[in-house]
Amino acid sequence: MTAESSFSLLGILTAQDISFVHTFEHPGMSEFIDASAGGVMVMGGIIVIALLTYYRGWHALWCDWLTSVDHKKVGIMYIVVAFVMLARAIIEGVLMRYQQSIAVNDPGILSPDHFGQLFSTHGSIMIFFVAMPFVTGMMNYIMPQQIGARDVSFPLLNAISLWLTAAGAALVMISLVVGKFSTGGWTAYPPYTGIEFSPGEGVDYWIWSISLASIGSTLTGLNFATTIYKNRAPGMTLFRMPLFCWTSLCTSILMIFAMAPLTIATLMLALDRYAGFHFFTNDLGGNMMNYANLFWLFGHPEVYILILPAFGVFSEVISTFSGKTIYGYKSLVIATMSIAVLSFTVWLHHFFTMGQGANVNVIFGIATMLIGVPTGVKVYDWLLTMVRGRIRLTTAMLFSVMFLVTFVIGGLTGVILANPPVDFAVHNSLFLVAHFHNMVIPGVLFGMIAGYQFWFPKAFGFRLAERWGKVSFWCWSFGFYLTFMPLYVLGLMGAMRRTVEWFRPEYLGWLQVSFVGALLLFSGFLFLCVQLVVSIRQRDQRRVPAGDPWDGRSLEWSNSSPPPEYNFAVIPDVTGQDAFTRIKQQGQAYASPIAYEDIVVPKNSIVAPVIGIAAIMFGFALVWHIWWLVVFSFVCMWGAVIARSFVTETERVIPASKVRADHEAWLQQVRECATTPREQENTSVNVGRAEVLT
Amino acid sequence: MKRQPLLHPGLNLGSTDEYSHDVSEPIIFGFWVFLMADLVLFAILFATYASMSVQGQAGGPTPIDVFDLPSAFIETMLLLTSSITFGMASLALKYKADSLHLVFWLVLTFCLGAGFIGMELRDFWVMIQQGAVPQRSGFLSSFFLLVATHGIHVTAGLFWMLVLLLQLRVFGRTTEVKLRLMRLALFWHMLDIVWVCIFTFVYLFGVAQ
Amino acid sequence: MTDKHVETYTQDFRSYCIGGLLALILTSLAFGLVVFEVLPNFERLIAISVLAVAQIIVHFRYFLHISWHSHRDDLQLVLFTSLILFLMVGGTIWILFNLHEQMM
Ligand code: HEM
Ligand SMILES: [Cu+2]
Repeated sequence: MTAESSFSLLGILTAQDISFVHTFEHPGMSEFIDASAGGVMVMGGIIVIALLTYYRGWHALWCDWLTSVDHKKVGIMYIVVAFVMLARAIIEGVLMRYQQSIAVNDPGILSPDHFGQLFSTHGSIMIFFVAMPFVTGMMNYIMPQQIGARDVSFPLLNAISLWLTAAGAALVMISLVVGKFSTGGWTAYPPYTGIEFSPGEGVDYWIWSISLASIGSTLTGLNFATTIYKNRAPGMTLFRMPLFCWTSLCTSILMIFAMAPLTIATLMLALDRYAGFHFFTNDLGGNMMNYANLFWLFGHPEVYILILPAFGVFSEVISTFSGKTIYGYKSLVIATMSIAVLSFTVWLHHFFTMGQGANVNVIFGIATMLIGVPTGVKVYDWLLTMVRGRIRLTTAMLFSVMFLVTFVIGGLTGVILANPPVDFAVHNSLFLVAHFHNMVIPGVLFGMIAGYQFWFPKAFGFRLAERWGKVSFWCWSFGFYLTFMPLYVLGLMGAMRRTVEWFRPEYLGWLQVSFVGALLLFSGFLFLCVQLVVSIRQRDQRRVPAGDPWDGRSLEWSNSSPPPEYNFAVIPDVTGQDAFTRIKQQGQAYASPIAYEDIVVPKNSIVAPVIGIAAIMFGFALVWHIWWLVVFSFVCMWGAVIARSFVTETERVIPASKVRADHEAWLQQVRECATTPREQENTSVNVGRAEVLT
Repeated sequence: MKRQPLLHPGLNLGSTDEYSHDVSEPIIFGFWVFLMADLVLFAILFATYASMSVQGQAGGPTPIDVFDLPSAFIETMLLLTSSITFGMASLALKYKADSLHLVFWLVLTFCLGAGFIGMELRDFWVMIQQGAVPQRSGFLSSFFLLVATHGIHVTAGLFWMLVLLLQLRVFGRTTEVKLRLMRLALFWHMLDIVWVCIFTFVYLFGVAQ
Repeated sequence: MTDKHVETYTQDFRSYCIGGLLALILTSLAFGLVVFEVLPNFERLIAISVLAVAQIIVHFRYFLHISWHSHRDDLQLVLFTSLILFLMVGGTIWILFNLHEQMM
């Protein structure tokens, strides 16, 4: 950093760092785009605030959502964060595709620096603030209900994790208007990201937003693992859990163990930058290769953190919409666990070219190929689940089927890349970009969209509009192939990733196709929004109060939609796999329980929002060297924790009489509902009570 | 139903306080998981130190030049003793009806912990006087980060102890306070294990080579 | 204290005392080995490593009360953690030293 000549209340922040001011002083296309993005964000914020004020929503927002520690609300808030960030990151992806498609022997519309920020924010946001919150939100909402629990083990901690993640996302958003983001990619390799080559605030934004998110994820991991180990309903043995719970468990374990290397790597990078340490510098004994090592020690388990919950979703969706128990339950569980363990043995495949000996490369290459085995087992299990099933091609199912096809292609290119000699040829080329998008889009994103379509009626009490869902599905699918298949070709032709301008005319056609595909992907996203709006407007014809619109198999479908805050009026007794299907087939669904008991639920708490807001200030202050604010916000965070430990009344009791009244009223309503045959599940006949075939 | 003797790591309250014992399992388990995540953090620092202490000296001071082994040995003894005294505090928590013993052992543990931190700071100060600052080389960067991370943990533990002493006064020996003390105990013992590794693989190895 | 508690008290008390004693002895041994330069260099390093591992086990056993009789979840967790730590630390050291050699 530049020497600070005088003490300033705002650290090194100056008016020129505000993107509007900067653009005004140095007008240009690239700056203009930057300022408009900032403008859109600020306008969006203002509109939301205005609407909230107009409809008097502040009170409800604060009391029902922001201070809530209910795992279902926390889960929904995670997914809202993911959607907002997804909008930004997709637009950035499209913008990059546009730049590349016109920048053949031409500078295009983006400056190199701006392009660098785009791929850095796009990558970081997609991984840490889209995929992670989406996955975490999904696990939050579904997992406790599937194991028959009333909440996670540590509800307040859960809310704190959410707020830490949201604080990280907020920092990335702030960087749109105040200052610049890093240009070092989502991996932020030094020495480029060291103070010598990246003196600005960009890398610091990256460091602190990622650190906050990674701490949030560690806490989520330990919370969920404890929940699954210690909070299951009676009779819900581990081997009776739905697969989504198994994948949640493995993801949580990965979160517990894999986030620490990232936290440490970012901390070391920060010490290099702020305090002149020599972890990753060029001189005085620094070793930048250790950064790559530490980063991928986190990074590879990370991709399984993201993909495993999606595997869980696919297992649930495929089995439900095939009307069959999942094929090979045990093999799926074992495959999931082996993937989780193996994922700690392959990280080196991300830096085959770094210079270690061939023996090291070979061993990690083989380990990488081994992971293909359990994954293959899973694919066969899903296929065999569909065999002889009564398949219904709903939107969620379509996404799952498309996942199977596309993911196998991505997996094949992955095995190709696991060959060190091949990797040397295509390392850091667009072939790699195509490969990992081929995994994350059909894997993570399709999985999460499928889960969103599948469980939306559970969370909000009405079904989504299938027609728009299908339109969106086709856009995503065609869009994916159009965008990313050309990149394989380009990669083999020698096109490198993170390139702002090309000098080989033969790239042009492929890049243009890819841009068209990106537009399709973007429209897929827009149609999801359309679907949401349409469904909300038609919600009265789409309601599923009885709670089981898809003839579901696991416990979350056994209560109302949306579920009461305590999930289960009476904790169910589980006797086997596919718990709810069992209950339905025994004719015991919707039977009145014998006795009710008082239910204790946690009270709302302002601790999580206080920590979240203090965390934003903390990160911001560190980026801009505002030391007094660093100290102040740090004290706020820990002060909130300590103050909380002196609060004794943290729970409230819902009396048995109230539980009984609510539950019996709902049961009465269900008994009056007509049952829905599967052929009519997407018509207004479906009010959430499934016809039971025995 | 027969109670499992060891529901969770650390001293189990067992039949001396059945209610607290029964609710303790998930809470202590969660904390135990957290400690494992924390161990990973230290493991990464150790691995980094292992390579940098050899490859990253950059012509600057070597371990043997700057480590004060007797001082580290005394620190180790202080910390080990503090683990024993915390053990006594746990016993008092479990078996003694009054808080007097408990507070006595906790205060003793606090003093030992504070003594450890004091000596560690003195070591750092001496090293800095010799020009062995973290900015000097990769070796020193990783040394300071590893040892200071442990030190910061111990300091956090000391603060935590103060807060719990206060809570003992305000609330008495409620279930919440008991469970917090049990978690602090785990934290404290775990930091001891980390220190044993630091003493062996940083100090002893550094001097023995 | 009831009689039963007196009995468990002595047990628990003994556990901390044994643990504490063993820990102090093991540390002193390791320290002694280095200060008095017993054993040739390489063997000495091995010896103090073994002592450290022994001491870690002592701490787990007597202070943290993790043993074969623990709750299955707790033991599993510790063993799994050891596996992961081994992979991470071992892998990192292997990779970084191999790289270093290649650059010599
Ligand atoms: C939805 C449509 C998407 C489009 C149009 C898109 C487009 C792009 C583009 C153009 C790049 C830069 C490639 C280069 O370096 O030359 C990129 C990089 C990247 N994308 Fe995407 N992407 C999309 C979705 C995703 C998703 C869903 C994820 C992850 C969950 C993701 C993660 C990444 C990452 C990690 C990078 C690397 C950033 C870096 O170079 O540091 N993308 N993407
Ligand atoms: Cu990988």
